[in-house]
Amino acid sequence: MTNYLEFEKPLAEIEGKAEELRALARANPDMDVEKEAAGLDKKAADMLKDLYKNLTPWRKCQVARHPDRPHCKDYIDALFTEYTPLAGDRNFADDHAVMGGLARLYGTPVMVIGHEKGHDTKSRIERNFGMARPEGYRKAIRLMEMAHRFKLPVITLVDTPGAYPGKGAEERGQSEAIARSTEKCLQIGVPLISVIIGEGGSGGAVAFATANRVAMLEHSVYSVISPEGCASILWKDSEKMREAAEALRLTAQDLEKLGVIDKIIPEPLGGAQRDRKGTIESVGKALEVMLKDLSKRTPQQLIQDRRKKFLGMGSKGLAA
Amino acid sequence: MNWISNYVRPKINSLFSRREIPENLWTKCPECGTMLFHRELRDNLNVCTSCDHHMAITPRDRFEKLFDGGIFTEVAVPEPTTDPLHFRDQKRYPDRMKAAQRQTGEKEAMLVAEGEIGRTPIVAVAQDFSFMGGSMGMYVGNAIIAAAERAVELKRPMVLFSAAGGARMQEGILSLMQMPRTTVAVEMLREAELPYIVVLTHPTTGGVTASYAMLGDVHIAEPNALICFAGPRVIEQTIREKLPEGFQRAEYLLDHGMLDRVTHRCKMREELVTILRMLLGQPAAVKGDLPAPELTETPEPNEEASKADSSSKAEDSKA
Ligand SMILES: [Zn+2]
Repeated sequence: MTNYLEFEKPLAEIEGKAEELRALARANPDMDVEKEAAGLDKKAADMLKDLYKNLTPWRKCQVARHPDRPHCKDYIDALFTEYTPLAGDRNFADDHAVMGGLARLYGTPVMVIGHEKGHDTKSRIERNFGMARPEGYRKAIRLMEMAHRFKLPVITLVDTPGAYPGKGAEERGQSEAIARSTEKCLQIGVPLISVIIGEGGSGGAVAFATANRVAMLEHSVYSVISPEGCASILWKDSEKMREAAEALRLTAQDLEKLGVIDKIIPEPLGGAQRDRKGTIESVGKALEVMLKDLSKRTPQQLIQDRRKKFLGMGSKGLAA
Repeated sequence: MNWISNYVRPKINSLFSRREIPENLWTKCPECGTMLFHRELRDNLNVCTSCDHHMAITPRDRFEKLFDGGIFTEVAVPEPTTDPLHFRDQKRYPDRMKAAQRQTGEKEAMLVAEGEIGRTPIVAVAQDFSFMGGSMGMYVGNAIIAAAERAVELKRPMVLFSAAGGARMQEGILSLMQMPRTTVAVEMLREAELPYIVVLTHPTTGGVTASYAMLGDVHIAEPNALICFAGPRVIEQTIREKLPEGFQRAEYLLDHGMLDRVTHRCKMREELVTILRMLLGQPAAVKGDLPAPELTETPEPNEEASKADSSSKAEDSKA
């Protein structure tokens, strides 16, 4: 079953019709529907290409949040071997919105950390929809520190609507936890590579993505605030999210122009959700290249490069 | 830099910043309703003399009361790209900026200065809530970096007064990037083994709290200041319950271990001096108001600042 996004409705109709025809033919072996179905397939393929050729920023937000998009756990299961989750912040709890642990990427031991949103109602609740509490950031800090001591590269997979706005989270120092996590990213003398695989939501994302290399999947988004939040503050109307998404420049393509990210990883036609395996493989290849590129740097170089990169950020705006 | 420019400039600064207040203006305390004569209120650092409610204070007014004899020199902040995203909501971002500049008489939401407090040389940074809610954009980031660099250059501690509604949304992702950028600035201070004290004032929220405002060696807040990552309204919408009285206020954060102290604004200067001098291994300060400091040789600040100096010198000779 494909989950269609709102803007994909016309596509859903055509693909649905083709599917119906074929189902009909299966029930009535005498019927010959193949020609008609193939015609519909062709129409659907053209439409898909057309829809995804020039996604508006708001549509990209929807694709980035697509429930069938591969999530952190999918990447860990498919790309990494010997994944050994490490739990807890040694202080209060283990935050299930943040996964992390030791693993091998094409044989190389690394520390992998990421936000996990969950894939069904039960796991979404367990993962708190990928919204971390302070314990999640403190677990990440602990793992980054360990990686630093044992000279393991750190890979972070970012996919969060933002840090969790809850009472307990605030009481236990959400701000401080995020600030310390960003700080830890800047301090470790090992390669830190970050991939935004879905939503890069504000401070909750930065806390993992202050990296030597930041890559984004083609239809992922990275923003200081959600379009809905921005619309309700600046337009005083949360229905103006299309305008807000446009104005915020949150697409991978704009962020590359602004020099905020280093690389765009292409997605299959129709978005990551249409070919999960292919998407995961592309991310794996990109990680391998970036990792190799950073492997010869000394700890001091890695720290200095990271600092310089962020200090220099913002020197170029978008062309008029 | 001669002592006249050093001495007179702050006066010019304060003249410049006086925001057209009629002499006989009274302010009603929003907390207790007492009518307060503005000069009296000003002398009390905008704290209600009747109920101690802390009202907003501009960076310039704060610095004038903070530094010995009201003397400070502004540290120049590198200008960022204007309107990098060509942002437009109901208004264009450059128009919003111009309106804020007209309204406040300031260029941006952060003021950086060097000077002495209780004969202790420091670099101070203060965020201006009246300028677009003190929001953190490229300029605010540049200001914090410039302040940290200057502090390292002069081997002085840095004191930062935070006040912000959060990110400058009109700068989008570049606003978000100020979180790591300002964290690098804090790292510079730490590496140079210089004290970094954060004074959190009302309100300090969002990405500002989740970066430089929570990375101080010492965190002091003004009474009743709202300090949070997510604001109370957002939380109430999320958890669908009423929040307890005083939630996310300075005293609440003190109880939850996020702050070292909550200190009345009128006692802040003395407390900063006391803490800084101990951290720096200096003898205890002489208490009370001090006259203007004697001229000491400091390295020349960068070009822009010296240009500002020469223009103020020209004004001095006229006077
Ligand atoms: Zn009052």
